[in-house]
Amino acid sequence: MSQATPTQSRVRHSLTPWARIAALTVCALLTLGPVIWTVATSLRTPAQSFDLPPQIIPTHPTTAAYRGVFQQIDVWLLALNSTLVTALIAVGQMITAGLAGYAFARLEFRLKKPLFGLVLATMMVPLQVTIVPVFLVLKSMGLTDTLLGLIIPAFPTAFGTFLMRQYFLGMPKDLGEAAMLDGAGPWRIFRSVYAPLATPGLAIVGVLAFNYHWNEFFRPLILETSGQNYTLPLGLVSLQGNLGTGSISVVLAGVVLSMLPAVAVFVVGQRPLREGITSAGVNR
Amino acid sequence: MTNTQVPAVRPRPATPPAVAVRPSVRDRGTRLLAALFLAPTVVGIVVFTVVPIIGSIVLSLFHWNVIDPPRFAGGANYRTTFTDSTVLVSFRNTLLFMVLAVALQLLIALALALALNGRMPVWLRSVFRSAFFFPLVLSAASISVVMKYLFNQDFGVVNWAIGLVGVAPVPWLTSEHAAMATVILVYVWQQFGFSFLLFVGGLNNIPKEIHEAAALDGATGLRKHLGITLPLLSPTLLVASVVGIINALQVFEQPYVLTDGGPGDATRTVVMVIYERAFEQLDFGEASAVGVLLFVLIMAVTALQFRLSRRFVHYQ
Repeated sequence: MSQATPTQSRVRHSLTPWARIAALTVCALLTLGPVIWTVATSLRTPAQSFDLPPQIIPTHPTTAAYRGVFQQIDVWLLALNSTLVTALIAVGQMITAGLAGYAFARLEFRLKKPLFGLVLATMMVPLQVTIVPVFLVLKSMGLTDTLLGLIIPAFPTAFGTFLMRQYFLGMPKDLGEAAMLDGAGPWRIFRSVYAPLATPGLAIVGVLAFNYHWNEFFRPLILETSGQNYTLPLGLVSLQGNLGTGSISVVLAGVVLSMLPAVAVFVVGQRPLREGITSAGVNR
Repeated sequence: MTNTQVPAVRPRPATPPAVAVRPSVRDRGTRLLAALFLAPTVVGIVVFTVVPIIGSIVLSLFHWNVIDPPRFAGGANYRTTFTDSTVLVSFRNTLLFMVLAVALQLLIALALALALNGRMPVWLRSVFRSAFFFPLVLSAASISVVMKYLFNQDFGVVNWAIGLVGVAPVPWLTSEHAAMATVILVYVWQQFGFSFLLFVGGLNNIPKEIHEAAALDGATGLRKHLGITLPLLSPTLLVASVVGIINALQVFEQPYVLTDGGPGDATRTVVMVIYERAFEQLDFGEASAVGVLLFVLIMAVTALQFRLSRRFVHYQ
């Protein structure tokens, strides 16, 4: 129809391409600037940490600040707590969302519609509205100030369940029917036919869970009262409190350390993460 | 459909083929499996969401400080919240925050998504996309720690940078007027990537032919965006604003770390009040009342939005 090549047929702009790319570059630098500054400052000596203009490439790079973090807080303990909590929640959510999503997509049972409605409705309920009773429930179970108290309530995931249901609905029905005619029961059909196909969807659930709970602050702040159960974000904010007006670079080194796994997940899991976020909008 | 042609592959005697193809509700194996599969999610949601919602409503009708036995309060907690200036200010702050943060976030995300949609090398596009979505993977609490230094009045990089172009230092975190603006900036900086990703996906879903047809009819530049792109993007805009608003009404980490609600109550948000009332002052009744009010507010705003959107959202 038109002579436009595929690239030209994208939205054409009044700005010239170069102006547009220049503007995008400025925006990208503003977006990444605070992160770059954080890394650069964490590598400066404490005396240089207030330097202006900020040196992006430190003249005397030093890891003193990183050693300082390890002296001030028990990084290994915090990292272990964070890893334990995040990993168990991620695996737990993959299991619960995978199972429930499959049931909603492929199994027939009574109350399916109302139960699914219940799950969807809880996506709308903010955590903060329920936190006081949740705290009391956990207290009655003896789980306040334990890592388990953070982990168990996070297992059910309404969004993950919804996502996995869509995922299973997208798979051809014939596969299960063929297996059934071969004599496979409902469990075998799930285990041998559909579950292996669900891996990419489960990866989305896992990466989203990892990202959210690695960074989580509100629930740990309320639930974890003794330092030995702190997770990294809590430890960092307390690190800043301990230092007061002391060395910025030590605090920033702590920030960098806590970012590393999140960045690793960003690099490795960028695609599932993006798909998970985008599907929040597209699947409605 | 397929069951007429199927070769004899020993159908189980108990289940004739017609039932086998569409699992029956009466099939005990299927029902049992469904119950097992749903149990963790449904039990978890009931124990940690449904019961707590009811619990919040019940608690909001009691005076309770955890130590003494609860006393029935009727509507007293609600009356207190409506006369407590801190609570009232927190609702005003949260609504102001919501309007400004969501508007700014959507505008920035939309502009960047549109700019990215133009002609450029594929690798460059993916570099930009990753850059804009990177802040989303960081923790709001630790980012706020970083921003506290950047926005420091005396030695912060932001004041140094605006000083280069001759602007006087701004008390970003310490003056009543600037503090809310700073909290919004920090929040938007971290959050705009979410709407951005939604818009990038939405723009990809718009058929190319529509723009080509418009171009043939002489539509260009801004007119094309206002007349064609935006209406086609409106379902995505609705989702981005609904999610944006629900998230904004729950803001906590940024004001907690950056300003601790201050100066005065200038940046105190509703969730900060819930946290303080419950876990600092041990007033579980009033905290629950504020929580219930926040819930009602979120429901009302979301319902209103879907109402309004019926007029503006166009589905292809």
